[in-house]
Amino acid sequence: MALLQHQKSRNALLQILYVGVLLALVVTAALTARHNLQAQGILSGWNFLWKSTGWDMTFSLLPTSSSDPYWWVLLMGVLNTLFLGIIGLTFATLVGGLVGLARVSDNKAARLLGTIYLEIFRNIPLIVQVFFWYALANRLPSPRQAIEAGGALLSNRGIYLPGLNIAGWSVAAGFLTLALGLTLLLWLALARRFRRVPPVLRRRRGLAVMLVTLVTLAAIFFLGHTPGTPLLTLPELKGLNIRGGYRIQPEVYALAFAIAIYGGAYIGEIVRGGFIAVGTGQTEAAKALGLSEWQSFTRIRLPLAIRAMLPILTNQYVWLIKATTLGIVVGFADFFMVVASAITHSGQTLELIGILMAGFLIINFSLAAVMNRINRAIALKGHQNRS
Amino acid sequence: MTAIDTGPVPLRATPLGRIRKDYFSSPLSTAVSLLCFGLLLWIGWVLLDWGVLRATFSAEARQAECRAAGGACWSVIANRWRLILFGLYPYEEQWRSALACIAVIATMVLSCIPFLWTGKRIASVWALGFATFYLLMKGGLLGLPLVREEQWGGLALTLFIFTATAIIGMPLAIAFALLRNSTLPWIARTTGAVIDAVRSLPLISILFTCAIVLPFVLPDFVLQEKLYRVIAGSALFFAAYQAEIIRGGMQGVAKGQDEAAMSLGIPYRHRVARILLPQAFRNALPATINQFVITFMETSLVVVVGFFELLSSANAAFGTSEWTFAFVEVYVFVAFLYFIFVFGLSRYGAFLERRMATGQR
Repeated sequence: MALLQHQKSRNALLQILYVGVLLALVVTAALTARHNLQAQGILSGWNFLWKSTGWDMTFSLLPTSSSDPYWWVLLMGVLNTLFLGIIGLTFATLVGGLVGLARVSDNKAARLLGTIYLEIFRNIPLIVQVFFWYALANRLPSPRQAIEAGGALLSNRGIYLPGLNIAGWSVAAGFLTLALGLTLLLWLALARRFRRVPPVLRRRRGLAVMLVTLVTLAAIFFLGHTPGTPLLTLPELKGLNIRGGYRIQPEVYALAFAIAIYGGAYIGEIVRGGFIAVGTGQTEAAKALGLSEWQSFTRIRLPLAIRAMLPILTNQYVWLIKATTLGIVVGFADFFMVVASAITHSGQTLELIGILMAGFLIINFSLAAVMNRINRAIALKGHQNRS
Repeated sequence: MTAIDTGPVPLRATPLGRIRKDYFSSPLSTAVSLLCFGLLLWIGWVLLDWGVLRATFSAEARQAECRAAGGACWSVIANRWRLILFGLYPYEEQWRSALACIAVIATMVLSCIPFLWTGKRIASVWALGFATFYLLMKGGLLGLPLVREEQWGGLALTLFIFTATAIIGMPLAIAFALLRNSTLPWIARTTGAVIDAVRSLPLISILFTCAIVLPFVLPDFVLQEKLYRVIAGSALFFAAYQAEIIRGGMQGVAKGQDEAAMSLGIPYRHRVARILLPQAFRNALPATINQFVITFMETSLVVVVGFFELLSSANAAFGTSEWTFAFVEVYVFVAFLYFIFVFGLSRYGAFLERRMATGQR
């Protein structure tokens, strides 16, 4: 009893009790699950990862087949999520930037258009929009009556874009090169260590990086080019189906489109908030110094607005990455859908749920880490004048 | 901190002058204005033409008549609105479902009145509204035939999931926020880890886990009904987000308040209930309403685990071969229903934000 009277020991006891109860809950749940699963003849463990799945993925960037092991298919799922996430984020940011700029412009007509866009697309659930665009994509005419638009063909089998006649590996390598080049450019532009480098030298380095990237790209495409075929292929109707070019499946573009439209509305509001956060004094000072509208926008308002909006943007990006799980409603094999079908086929419920959680934790934490890094790199040292 | 306006302000703004300033201040501005108005007029005309002028409204019309008219085929709504709103609820009992929806909407409207913004009042309004809803929907009392949860559907199910999530999630969120702010490090850290883990997961995966995996994990006597498991998952997700919002609100409460209360010898539960939480909620009100908006939209995700809520019953409404062509009309109708709720809530949130901003000034 004397133990309970003492504040310190009482606190310690309370904490042990709290953590203990939580742990006990988790352990009981895990034990019950193991017991129930064993009753169904499912052994727990990670061995299933090396067994072949027996089902096909609806979409994957690298070749997969039904005889691939689970770990490979799960990895492809992660890749699909990242792929769709990056496309969705990029387009959502573009749309959002446009909407946000329209909403802060001096022109009332642009403001009105931006507001109407924002209110319509922000207030309808994303899943309704995904269903709608997917239904629309599926009701495009059949390949025989495909709509032609500038070399591309639109049909219910997907959008066919003109493409290059190159091997699969070189496409992947090309994307990797492009991503590396862009990252390098971003690093050169933003990293603190290059702050002191004179602009002329910096620009020259940037040009060099671009040139090397382009040359590498050309080399990769040249090496991957299938001999004896023209480099560029246009999609065309052959028999009942369309051959040649790149096919973008309805699932992929419907989902990416919905995410871009919906995310764009939210990001537009963040962009507007960022511009509003730039103090009036800053713009007035720019005007007083004789900077033109354009200079004041690119040199004063935009950089300050980006700094103000970046932390909120990080949250929105994490949210949008999580929204790719809507792939399951249209049959896009994202990470979550792969895990869900793996659960129904293999029954390794606990392990797969663990993988799912770990996967999203890693994706979201790395995204947040990158964004925080950028945030820190461009943050103004000392005080930030906000009024 | 309003929109940046650096242009010279004319002393006497005539209406014509104002129009010139707002829309035609420079050649670029003129071009943008013309483009925007052109786009708006074009979209407006297309929508009006499709949705009203050439549309078919008669309940008797089918695909042939609609195609001939060339516009929207609202006949599908006229024929299938009961399925969309009430799902598979027994046809003769659907008036109960309608009344239940009205009860919940009344509860939502009532809770917008500042008079009811004390913990006890708001809690009793929601408890009363929820009880009315549940009694009407489930029946089995007062001569109402029993309708099991599997038969609930449409808008009523959407509203049920939303209110149940809010009613369970809100106390849970307060508990999470207080535990995370605890001075005892291990309690704060463990709660923080739980909240962060839930927040980093997509809601769909939580719903999926609750619907399909939880039966393996739980002993047989807990949460037998799938609907309640999914609500529990949704409430947990709501609570994790709302807890962070409340915690943010708590950080806005000056530390001196708590210290003053402590020096007056006020016990912890009164310090929390009478000093900390009322102020924290006031600070967090805009974000809280935003969270309610998002939660309402996210109820539609339960379609993934096989519930017959608004979106799913809409899919069923054009699922027959007779109406399969009219999917756009059905989605527009459902989107409009969601829009009314969500837009109303978010406008109210914006109004509150302005109202509180004047109080703070």
